[in-house]
Amino acid sequence: MKVLEKIRSLEDLRRIKEQSKDLTAARSGGKTRIIVGMGTCGIAAGAREVMTVILEELDKKGLKEVAVETTGCIGMCQKEPLVDVIRPGEPRITYGDVGPDDVVRIITEHLVNGRIVEDKVIGQTD
Amino acid sequence: MALYRAHVLVCKGTGCTASGSGAVFDALKKELEHRGLDKEVMLVETGCHGMCEMGPIVVVYPEGAFYCKVTAEDVPEIVEEHLYKGRIVQRLLYTTHDEKMEKIPHYRDIPFYGKQLRIALKNCGYINPDNIEEYIARDGYQALAKALLEMTPEETLLSVKNSGLRGRGGAGFPTGKKWEFARMAPGDKKYIICNADEGDPGAFMDRSVLEGDPHCVVEGMLIGAYVIGADEGYIYCRAEYPLAIKRLKNAIAQAEEMGLIGDNIMGTDFCFHLHIKEGAGAFVCGEETALMASIEGKRGMPKPRPPFPANSGLWGKPTNINNVETWANIPQIVLKGGEWYSSVGTETSKGTKIFALTGKVNNTGLVEVPMGMTIREIIFDIGGGIPNGKKFKAVQLGGPSGGCLPEHLLDTPVDYESINATGAIMGSGGMVVTDEDTCIVDFAKFFLTFVQNESCGKCPFCRIGTKRMLEILERICDGKGRIEDLDLLEELAQKVKDGSLCALGGTAPNPVLTTLKYFRDEYIAHIVDRKCPAKVCTALIHYTIDPEKCIGCTKCARQCPVNAISGEIKKPHLIDQDTCIKCGQCMAVCPVKAISVE
Repeated sequence: MKVLEKIRSLEDLRRIKEQSKDLTAARSGGKTRIIVGMGTCGIAAGAREVMTVILEELDKKGLKEVAVETTGCIGMCQKEPLVDVIRPGEPRITYGDVGPDDVVRIITEHLVNGRIVEDKVIGQTD
Repeated sequence: MALYRAHVLVCKGTGCTASGSGAVFDALKKELEHRGLDKEVMLVETGCHGMCEMGPIVVVYPEGAFYCKVTAEDVPEIVEEHLYKGRIVQRLLYTTHDEKMEKIPHYRDIPFYGKQLRIALKNCGYINPDNIEEYIARDGYQALAKALLEMTPEETLLSVKNSGLRGRGGAGFPTGKKWEFARMAPGDKKYIICNADEGDPGAFMDRSVLEGDPHCVVEGMLIGAYVIGADEGYIYCRAEYPLAIKRLKNAIAQAEEMGLIGDNIMGTDFCFHLHIKEGAGAFVCGEETALMASIEGKRGMPKPRPPFPANSGLWGKPTNINNVETWANIPQIVLKGGEWYSSVGTETSKGTKIFALTGKVNNTGLVEVPMGMTIREIIFDIGGGIPNGKKFKAVQLGGPSGGCLPEHLLDTPVDYESINATGAIMGSGGMVVTDEDTCIVDFAKFFLTFVQNESCGKCPFCRIGTKRMLEILERICDGKGRIEDLDLLEELAQKVKDGSLCALGGTAPNPVLTTLKYFRDEYIAHIVDRKCPAKVCTALIHYTIDPEKCIGCTKCARQCPVNAISGEIKKPHLIDQDTCIKCGQCMAVCPVKAISVE
């Protein structure tokens, strides 16, 4: 059991609230979503590793307001691993043939800077 | 801190625990580890979601998928399909009760939750009650900080007064006013108490709040202590609520560790210490003076008021006592302002009220609704109506102190005044629904038996009067009632009301009075026709076998526990009425419906 910190001021409370935010963040909607194709085809193409890298990368960058979901096969098996990114109010971007290195680019460029990684895009839906 | 992409919330409230959520939790833990998902999927224990009927409940975020009646056998499928492959397990989703039988994937789209407004229950089922950091993440202890650091006790009091919050334990006394009395009372030592001695049959609002979000009660008490100038508090909780007590103890320990309970809280002069007093479960100890006597180590018996606890309470010191739900509302009132709270509800009853919906209703569980919603909306829209296509008969509001309302009063809005006008009371929030198969005399007898047992015996009218009333009801159910019994019941009821010191006796006759008022025909049927219309009172019914329909299969004869049925194989059977104990088992097993009850 971890040792709990003493709260001596409002700043302490606010800081602990900030630190604790990701404890419940995944339970509230309305934020950027990353969806990884986890059908048999996706898994065979390496989607598990992609998923692991996504989680590591989000953690490294401190991106707590992102929901990471999985989904089944959507029929474009030859393009797996597929990763979709949906930023609130923006179209759903589907990236294909995503490898671990692409994940870092997608997160830095698309999620942080808001620039779509064009060379990996295979589809867009509203 | 590692990032978790998905959160699996398993309800570990008392309801879901009883239906097996412990095994589900263990299976999930094992399966997630087995699949190597335990580092990216967080498994969380929560308090009650309210929909106890559908338990064990598992909610998976970020999708918010709401799985019902989950068993350990379902776990591998949930983990493989949903958490690994992202396919929601359709068969476990909530299904609507209407003929459409729709599957509803998301928590928020379930009709049960659609009409609710969860203020006191905001965190219940959403956070891990054993983790203070999750509470803090959801604005926990922000209200305390606001009160201590930015507001004077007077300003905090004003906020509570402006909210219009009234005591949720049943009486509905304005909370702000109560606090003011204790605040103004002279004395160097003051106490605050949380009344968690919830004892009404069918009521579990307070238990669920304590189990699901103990910190909101603790925070509410801290704010109350700050306002009235108390440095010590007690939570009086019955020992029959072991999980609530465990969670409270843990919450208090964590708050102490973080310096939110103790000396010089958040660097101010405010000091507060909080204790739990486990009660032995006497119903009368929910009465405030009896409760305080019990904390003092005395026998739990009410005392005359005045003096009121605000002036002379625990150990003769000024004391403020509020119910669990009242305390649970305080943090958000202080945080968002009294005006925000008073914007919800009716003219005289502000905010929301939690009800425990039980009995013959589809969605047994816990609901929180804005004051002013009608009873019909609660039972039919949220509760999903009566199971098995049966007809609604009555609803008992306010437990044994409350009243029994018939169908034509279903459109009564839930606010203190409207409910009192019917002869029932808001009470602490128990709502027991009955259908056509319930005998109303038997129902009234049940509640009267309860208060009769729980009478502390101090006042003769409560001690003896309720006993005599009960004897009359028993007589009526036994088919030996007299028509003048009804007047006698009413006369006794009035005397018990007038001659009792506390609310236990003062409200004990309510179920009898309201059933006499609204269901007099059913009493008369018992007395004059010697018939129980609901076919419940065994002295007034008898089972018969229709010789035309009976195929002589002997099933009933073998089932009968007292060997009252005789007959040869393949020939019509006969029930010996003198031996028959009217258990109804023969009727239940008859394959050709040859047995009827009259």
